[in-house]
Formats: sequence, C-alpha cells, structure tokens
Amino acid sequence: MARITLNGVGKVYPGGTRAVGGVDLDVADGEFVVLVGPSGCGKSTLLRMIAGLETITEGTVSIGDRVVNDIEPAGRDIAMVFQNYALYPHMSVRQNLAYGLKNRRTPAAEIARRVDEAARMLELAPYLDRKPRQLSGGQRQRVAMGRAIVREPAAFLFDEPLSNLDAKLRGVMRWEIKTLQRRLATTAIYVTHDQVEAMTLGDRLVVLNGGRVEQIGTPLEVYRRPASVFVAGFIGSTPMNLVRSDVLPGLARPGTTVGIRPEDLVPSPDGALSMQVSGIEELGVSRLVHGVIGGERVSVVVPPDFQPSEPLRLSVRPGAMHLFDAATGLRREGS
Amino acid sequence: MKRALFGNRLLPWLLLAPQLAVTAIFFLWPAAQAIRQSFLREDAFGLSTSFVGLANYAALWGSAEYLNAVRVTAIFAVATTLLSLGVALVLALAVDRLVRAGKVYTTLLVWPYAVAPAVAGILWWFIFNPTVGLLPYVLDRVGYDWNHLMRPRDAMILVVLASAWSRISYCFLFFVAGLQSIPQSLHEAAAIDGAGPVKRFFTITLPLLSPTTFFLLVVNIVYAMFETFGVIDATTEGGPAQSTNIMVYKVWFDGFIGQNLGSSAAQSVILMLIVIALTVIQFRWIEKRVAY
Amino acid sequence: MVEDRPLLNLLAHLVLIVGVAVVAMPLWIAFVASTHGPNDFMSGVVPILPGPHLVENYSRMFSTGVSTSGMPPVGRMLLNSAIMALSISIGKIAISILSAFAIVYFRFPLRMLAFWVIFATLMLPVEVRIVPTYKVVADLGLLNTYAGLSIPLIASATATFLFRQLFLTMPDELTEAARIDGAGPMKFFRDILLPLSRTNIAALFVIMFIYGWNQYLWPLLVTTSSDKYTIVAGIKRMADVADAQPQWHLVMATAILAVLPPLLVVVLMQRLFVKGLVETEK
Ligand SMILES: Nc1ncnc2c1ncn2[C@@H]1O[C@H](COP(=O)(O)OP(=O)(O)OP(=O)(O)O)[C@@H](O)[C@H]1O
Ligand SMILES: [Mg+2]
Repeated sequence: MARITLNGVGKVYPGGTRAVGGVDLDVADGEFVVLVGPSGCGKSTLLRMIAGLETITEGTVSIGDRVVNDIEPAGRDIAMVFQNYALYPHMSVRQNLAYGLKNRRTPAAEIARRVDEAARMLELAPYLDRKPRQLSGGQRQRVAMGRAIVREPAAFLFDEPLSNLDAKLRGVMRWEIKTLQRRLATTAIYVTHDQVEAMTLGDRLVVLNGGRVEQIGTPLEVYRRPASVFVAGFIGSTPMNLVRSDVLPGLARPGTTVGIRPEDLVPSPDGALSMQVSGIEELGVSRLVHGVIGGERVSVVVPPDFQPSEPLRLSVRPGAMHLFDAATGLRREGS
Repeated sequence: MKRALFGNRLLPWLLLAPQLAVTAIFFLWPAAQAIRQSFLREDAFGLSTSFVGLANYAALWGSAEYLNAVRVTAIFAVATTLLSLGVALVLALAVDRLVRAGKVYTTLLVWPYAVAPAVAGILWWFIFNPTVGLLPYVLDRVGYDWNHLMRPRDAMILVVLASAWSRISYCFLFFVAGLQSIPQSLHEAAAIDGAGPVKRFFTITLPLLSPTTFFLLVVNIVYAMFETFGVIDATTEGGPAQSTNIMVYKVWFDGFIGQNLGSSAAQSVILMLIVIALTVIQFRWIEKRVAY
Repeated sequence: MVEDRPLLNLLAHLVLIVGVAVVAMPLWIAFVASTHGPNDFMSGVVPILPGPHLVENYSRMFSTGVSTSGMPPVGRMLLNSAIMALSISIGKIAISILSAFAIVYFRFPLRMLAFWVIFATLMLPVEVRIVPTYKVVADLGLLNTYAGLSIPLIASATATFLFRQLFLTMPDELTEAARIDGAGPMKFFRDILLPLSRTNIAALFVIMFIYGWNQYLWPLLVTTSSDKYTIVAGIKRMADVADAQPQWHLVMATAILAVLPPLLVVVLMQRLFVKGLVETEK
C-alpha cells in the first residue's frame, strides 16, 4: 500500500536556487531508505517535498498509488520527525501525541488506546503528563517518535532526528528506531549526513550530491561498489584513498583514478608500494598511518601495536581496487 | 522570514480587514483630509471654501502666535525630557547599587506611570494653587511669591514639573533595564584596573547606557510634544499670555474653538512631518542596535 | 556591586527616599485633600495629614456626584472608563494579533503594502489629526457612543510589530508539525500560536489598559452627554468651575478614584507591566 515513488523530482527555490534535480526513486512498502549526503546537498528539501512542506517544482511524487503533488501534508498520510522535534511546548506529552488524531476526529477511546500503546512501546508512560521542557533530550526524541507512531501513517519521514543527541544516546536511539520500524513494518525515509547512521539503518541508501542522486543501493553495494569518486570518498568510516593510476606500478591507465580503502592496503616487506610516513593517528582498535605515495596523500589502517618502518612497504589486497574515470568521476565497469 | 507558510489567498485579507479598516477610516482618511484642508480656506461664514495653495502655511510662518507656540514647545519638550531623564537616571543608578532593597524602591517608584497626564496636571495644579496649595505656602516662607496664573515662567515650571513627574517611572524602568544589561564582569575588570566608582560611571556605565539614553531622548520628546495635551488642558490651558501654548494644544484650539480649519490643518500636517522625522530617527536607532 | 562602600550605599538610600517622597507627594496630598471637608482649605493652612471626612466625601461622589457642574456620580464615569479601557485594550490586541498572523504566516500580493499601511499609524498620533478624525466620527454618528470612544484608538502599529516579532521567533517546524498533524491556519492559530503568546498578550494588555484608561483629549471631544463621561476627562470638567474655587476635596477624591484602577494594575502586575513596557517600545 505505502509504496513511495519519485519521478524526475526537482526543486528550484523562488529566487532561482536549484536544490534538487531529476531524482527517480522507488521505495517499497515497509522499506527503510536513507537519504545521505553532505550538508546542503538537498536531502531535507527532497524529504520536505515528499512531506508536502515544499512545493514540487518538477516531476511527481506518489504515495501509495496517488500522485500527491497537490495534496496538503495532512492529506498525505505521512508522519514526520524533526531534528529539533517540534514538540508543542504548551501541551503535555499526552496532548502532543493526541493532537494529530484529534484533528482527524479519531474517537476518544481510540486516541487513548493508541497513545497508551505508543507510550508503552517507547517507555514514555511515566511522563505522559509532563510538558516537553520537563523532559531530557532523549525523552523528547521519543515523544517526537511517539507522535509519528500514534498516527499509524503510511510512511515515516525523519529529518536528522538524532543529531541533537550525544554520541552514546544516538547509538541507542538508532537501534530503537530500527527495531520499531521493523516491528511496525512502516515505510520509512530517513535523512542524515552521518554515513555510519546511514549504513546501520538503511535497507537501501540514496547518496545525494549537489541535488542529484549519485548512487542508490544497499549499504554493502554502496560500500563495495561505489558508483563514483564522490560516493567512494563519502561512504566508509575512514575515507577511501583516491590516487592517479600511474602511482601504482603496472597499472598505468591514463585518465583513471584508483580508489583503495585504507583497510585494503596491507603492510608487507615485499609490497609493490612504498609510502613516506608523515604521521600516525591512534584510534584504539587500530592505528591510521598517513603518508605520501608518488606525490599522493594516502592513509593505511594497521593493527594497534604496529610500528611502521620508513619507508613503509605496502601491497593491495586482491580485488580491492576501484577504478574511476578521472574526467567524469564515474566508476569504470569491470573493476 | 518564515518558511512554513499557509497557502490561502483570501484568509490573510480577512485577518487584516479589521486593522486595515480602522487604519483607513480613522487614520489615513483623516490625515488625507488634514492635508487637503491645509490647502483650503473657508470664508468667515463657512459658506464657501477656496483653494489657497500654501497660503495657510505662509500665514503660520508670519504668525507671531504660531512662532511663539514653536518656541514654547521647544522649551517645554527639552525641559521636560531633561528633567525626567536626569531624575530617572539618578534613581536608576541608586536602585542598581542596592540589589535587594532596589526591588522595593522600584515598586514604590513605578506608579506615576499609572497616573494619566491630565490627572497629573490636576494634582500639580492643586499643589501649586496660589490660595490652597502646599508649595506656594512653602515658597512664600522663603520669600517667593508663586503665581502661575499671572507669571509665565511659573506656569511653564508647573507644566514641566507635572509632565516630567508623570514620565519619571517610564524612564526609570528603561534605565534600570539598561543598567542590568551591562555585564557585571565589566565593572569588575575596570575595578581591577583601578577605576573608582566615579571613574567607572563615566567610562563604563555612561557609554554603555548611551543607546538607552538616546532612545529615551527620542520617545520623551515625542511624549512631550504630542501626549501632554492633557497636562496643559487640565492646568494652564496655554496661558498665561500664550506662555504654555504648545503646538498640539494650538492645533486643537484653532480647530475646535477658533474654527480656523485651514490653519489648524496646516499645523496638523507640520506636526505629522515632525512625528515622521522622529519615528525615522527612532527606527534608525533600532536598526543600529540590532546590528550590535 | 564590585566593592562595598557603605557611604555610597547610604547615599543611594537617601536619593531613593527623596525620590520616592517626590514621586509619592502629589498623590499623598491628593489623598489627604480628599479626606477633608470643604472649609479646611480656606483657613490658609494646608493640611498634610488625613482628615475625618474620607467616608463622607467618597460616598458623596458615588451617590450624587457634583451636581453643580453637571457631573454624574463617579460610579457611572468609572464604568465608562472601564468599558473604554477594556474595549481599547482587547480591540487593539485582537486586531493586532490577527494582522500580525496574516503578515507573518501568509504570502499574498500587496503584503508589504498592507504592512506599510499599518506602519503609518505609528506616525499619526490622534492629537495631530484630531479635527478631521473628530469629523469622521461625527459623520458616522458615533459621538457619545462607546464605539466612538474606543474604535478610533484601537489601531496600533506597536502591538502589531510586537506580535510580528514574537511570531518570527517561533520555529518553523512547529507550524510544519501542526500542518502534518492536520491543523489548518486557523486551528494552528488557536491551538498553537495563541497559547504560546499568552504572556505577551497579558503584558500588552496591561500597557494598553492603562493607555485606554488614561485617554483624555479624545473622550473630552466625543462625549458631550454626561452619561458617557469618562472619569479622567470628567475631573477637568469638575475642576473647571467659573469664578469660584473648585470643591477641591471632591475633585481630589475623584482624582484618587481615577488613578486607583491603573495603579492597582501596575502594582499588582508589576512584572507583566515592566515586560510589556520594555517590549512594546523596542
Ligand atoms: N527556502 C530556501 N530558499 C532558497 N534556497 C534554499 C532554501 N532552503 C534550502 N535552500 C538551498 O537548497 C540547498 C539544499 O538545502 P537542504 O536544506 O535541502 O540541504 P540539506 O541536504 O538538508 O543540508 P543539511 O545537511 O545541512 O541539513 C542548499 O543549497 C540551500 O542553501
Ligand atoms: Mg537538512
């Protein structure tokens, strides 16, 4: 029922800023799709067009089997969780949860049932009569979630809902969101600029750059076969090394950029590459060695107690090289 | 600007309608009438009106009575403003010094704000009344024969006192707010640098208070020029010998009592121009302050 | 304060005591006068302590008033003042908050024009356009009516600006959440915006009530029949007796009664009052 389809969706703001262009996307019922990309790439704009908070200037958005371009947000059967939660400050938690249902003339008994259920699911029961300002950040986040859940909408839309939480709580809430979404089997579109969040949450990722889709795929697909230099550099906890092909002996292919993840470079005494070490970053579980190969900056992940020699000889894990067209930035097939 | 907007077309006009209607009927239309009227002159019997161009304005320029009103207004506005500002500043500085007792004093100082200018006028009129008033009685003891019914200077002092008195609490509250917004750490830093209280007042407090002072200066001039009708009317009625006949009072007098509509309208237009100028100055200041 | 200087503190106390005395003196004298009999002023010695006629003077004002100057009993005038002050303050707040809502939350053609029209009222105090405004009210047949007393004074750019400022600080997401929750513009206004503006409305109300109560020139002009006299404008009529000393004890009793309601508002709601004052004038 709640499949979401975007056809050639684009947005030009009044004043002429193009924020999004030509986005095609098909979100299956119950799927969790993450829109990820750097700040200003148009993620929020795209999400808000789906929500009905921005007019769609190009293309069509369908929710279920309706084109919703001209339908008010309230008529689209979606619920949204905002970065700053947007809780109604003067209403209690209970009133916050019930407000949307009341406006839809849901019978009082049904409202009470749904609010209680959401409160139980999110462990909010003790706080139902408090005002938002009497809650901690994490609790507010749950109320925002609850407000979306009680509506039993066709889809959840999240705009960076965890970015106001501290790192530890973010990890916990990330897990809760994922579990809840699985349990309710409701379609979800989730915006984040944090690639770890994207990888852990999404069934599929949509990597955006400058308002355009760079790649759509499962987290592993995107990680293993980045479709462009941009995706390669963006996804992964330490960015992929991107070097000219002639840096690698025996691989001189003009006009090609080669990508190798830092964990795919292995120190070995007879390795074909030789790196000038310029510094070491301690990460605890491993160390990150920075240096230069053939004039290109490169980093390598090594075990925690590994002492790099000078120069450090490295070999590339077999099959771990990604080839990109240097001019277009696109992945070369067959690599 | 807001991003989250509602799309309705008709609704905003419905919401604006009451405000726009009141503004159009009771503000813009009368203002336009005043401007139109200022170019017309009625004959002695009010039977015919004729267009006279700028004659009404020219007549004002040549009228000793009007120039006197301008002069009186200037003296009155400046004296009232300086007196209320000065007293309020001294009181605010004292309150700012006494943290806890300051609150009690504040409560005791705010209530002249509640007293209508007209009532303030009556109160001071009574206090200074030559036959039954308290102050002439006291002044008599020190050899001053107070009589604001006869002596222009006494009358001016009276209206200035009454107007300034009813304005003290307003200025006082703004000064207190201004003083409280000066960070304590600045005083401490200056004290560590060896500045005593007097030096700190002139080098820290006064400069940092200058935006508040300037604001109060402008709004008090507006007050003295336009909102003191009640004070004048309840006391001297412009006398004796025109000595307290401020411009606003004269507009009313010429229009309603003298039935000289053209001249009254021309005076209205001049006053509007003055208000516009003062409003612009005030807004300039707000813009500047936002930029801080 | 940075250092403790007992001498300066003492000076501050002295200054404030003198200040309070000066500020209080006129009202004290008025109160004292209102408790004396008519002849106590003629002896040449001005009383500075309350006399025995308080109940007598005030009950006289409430029952018959000063009939010689054609004044109704003060009860009637207090009622008129209250109606005028409440209509002005409530009316101002209502039309200002609605127009601020329209200007901030909608985009429509001529929006800026509407904004400037409202702004213009800031530049036109009633005193400077008094003659033509009086004429409009007379032509509309509103002389000697409560509508004529209050409506011409309820347009207010300041209140509109205050609400506009307040609305601009409300997060956009709140509106968006409400829209997704199915609230249309008026529902959003009623359920979210209005409750969140409560304290500002209250603060503004205090200021506007005092403003309305203390009006003088306007009521003096538009009320000619004594049953519509307001108390502030009435006092002057009472003090204005030809060729005789006014009945000072009764005039002062009326003055005290005229001051009392706004005074109570200021003292009892001091916090709101200060907030309203400092905010409306920004
Ligand atoms: N109302 C607007 N008018 C004009 N341009 C806008 C507007 N809102 C956003 N933009 C522009 O559109 C582009 C995309 O903005 P958007 O908010 O969608 O980015 P984002 O990917 O969500 O970024 P972030 O991660 O920082 O939230 C940006 O260049 C932004 O400056
Ligand atoms: Mg965003």
